[in-house]
Amino acid sequence: MGLTEASRTAIEAVFREEHGLVLAGLIRFTGDIQLAEDSLQDACVAALGAWEGGIPDQPAAWLTTAAKRKAIDRIRRARTLRAKYETIAHDLTDVEEDDMDPEAIEDERLRLIFTCCHPAIAPDARVALTLRTVCGLTTPEIASAFLISEPTMAQRIVRAKRKIADAGIPYRVPDRDELPDRLDAVLSVIYLIFNEGYSASSGDELIRSSLTAEAIRLCTVVDTLLPERAEVLGLLALMHLHDARTPARRDEFGDPILLPDQNRELWDHERIADGLMLLDRALDLEQPGPYQIQAAIAALHDMAPGTDATDWDQIVVLYGSLRRYLDTPTVQLNEAVAIAMAGDRREALRRIDALEGLAQYPYLHAARASLLADEGDTEGAEAAYLAAIDLTASAPERRLLMRKLGSLRDGEGG
Amino acid sequence: MKYALLIYEDEATMPSQGSPEGQDLYQKYLSFTKDISEEGINRAGEALHGTDTATSVRLRGGELSVTDGPFAETKEQLGGFYLIEVDDLDKAIGVASRVPAAETGSVEIRPLVEWV
Repeated sequence: MGLTEASRTAIEAVFREEHGLVLAGLIRFTGDIQLAEDSLQDACVAALGAWEGGIPDQPAAWLTTAAKRKAIDRIRRARTLRAKYETIAHDLTDVEEDDMDPEAIEDERLRLIFTCCHPAIAPDARVALTLRTVCGLTTPEIASAFLISEPTMAQRIVRAKRKIADAGIPYRVPDRDELPDRLDAVLSVIYLIFNEGYSASSGDELIRSSLTAEAIRLCTVVDTLLPERAEVLGLLALMHLHDARTPARRDEFGDPILLPDQNRELWDHERIADGLMLLDRALDLEQPGPYQIQAAIAALHDMAPGTDATDWDQIVVLYGSLRRYLDTPTVQLNEAVAIAMAGDRREALRRIDALEGLAQYPYLHAARASLLADEGDTEGAEAAYLAAIDLTASAPERRLLMRKLGSLRDGEGG
Repeated sequence: MKYALLIYEDEATMPSQGSPEGQDLYQKYLSFTKDISEEGINRAGEALHGTDTATSVRLRGGELSVTDGPFAETKEQLGGFYLIEVDDLDKAIGVASRVPAAETGSVEIRPLVEWV
């Protein structure tokens, strides 16, 4: 018989959807992340055959049962080699269809997220491991999203798992006193994943949009499992408020449209409302933090009918507050741009020229170019646009910058 | 699990042994060592004399080379170590953060290889 293209795609979507949840339950069952993963893999292969007649009503339960049976098989085979598995295999007698206590599973998922985001794992590896283990993306998908070769990405993930085993990174939710820092690490991984998808500096469009969706889903899970934490809600709000603009961010050729030029009617206003509500809930908790501030900035943009009607003064104030948490050159650059939009171009240019460490950052030069053009310094603007064009790795961005340079040369302003 | 805590400091900024700061530091290490021994996690620990006293040995192609000084010039230098036994890395991180050098230098945590 065989699967049709459509049914295979549908089945793979189900695998992705259920991956994190089922894996968490299997880890609880086997006490071993690698064994749980391998058994789940076996179960998915079996499902591709068994589900030819249709996807079962409870695919997660089906996968869990099948994977548990595969796990027992693997343990029995490994029994002769590893003495410690004897104890586990002893307890695995009957495998029940409904052996999924929801609350315990949720704890497992949280454990998984915190382990993948442990600070002792390299930041790149945290992102890759989280996408693979918690979100269920395949290694080829992750590799293509980050424009890295598959073998390199596979190695990165393998190395991270080995670090967990060799260095004894524990599989647990951190204690209360460790939680704030550890939660920060989780949120920063989530935000990295979101930005990778959102900025789409280059690469496959479809994969990129699935990254933003995964980031939002992941943050929602964290919020469900660790409710009433302002920065979690703040990050969720921030991502919704940015993602809501997606329909207006590209033109018919797939090239980027910058915020001032976007058709705001195309924004997803329902998602903006969701984002605003989340931000409100966050602010009510009175636990201030950088994600909430960034969400507030995004909110001011999303609530404004256009660039001129945007409350730039308030945005400048917010960037000032943000710098108390994150005083990076990028934040300083964004603050300078806001100062320009609020009316003081000279001050903005002065600040931009004083920035250090952003010489290779195309956006710095693009921002300079735009301001210089507005100041009437056509020569300076042209040089800056050329610098930006030279530095950008994204073909769509390059096209946009060249168009701006073209307009500048045609005397239409940059 | 067994871990080595490798203690790195910038020798140039370390107080001399005889000075009040030096004595103070010594007391801090005494106190830390006492604590982890009482906690039952201390397996070994030693302070090393400074890199001025180091000798590096290399054998290449049958030729022995002996040079004065550490294996490489580094910003911070190895000054001592502890071997501890704790449940997992998080516990090791907790112990490492209590080493006096954590405030002024770096403590590197390495799991020991368990030969089976």
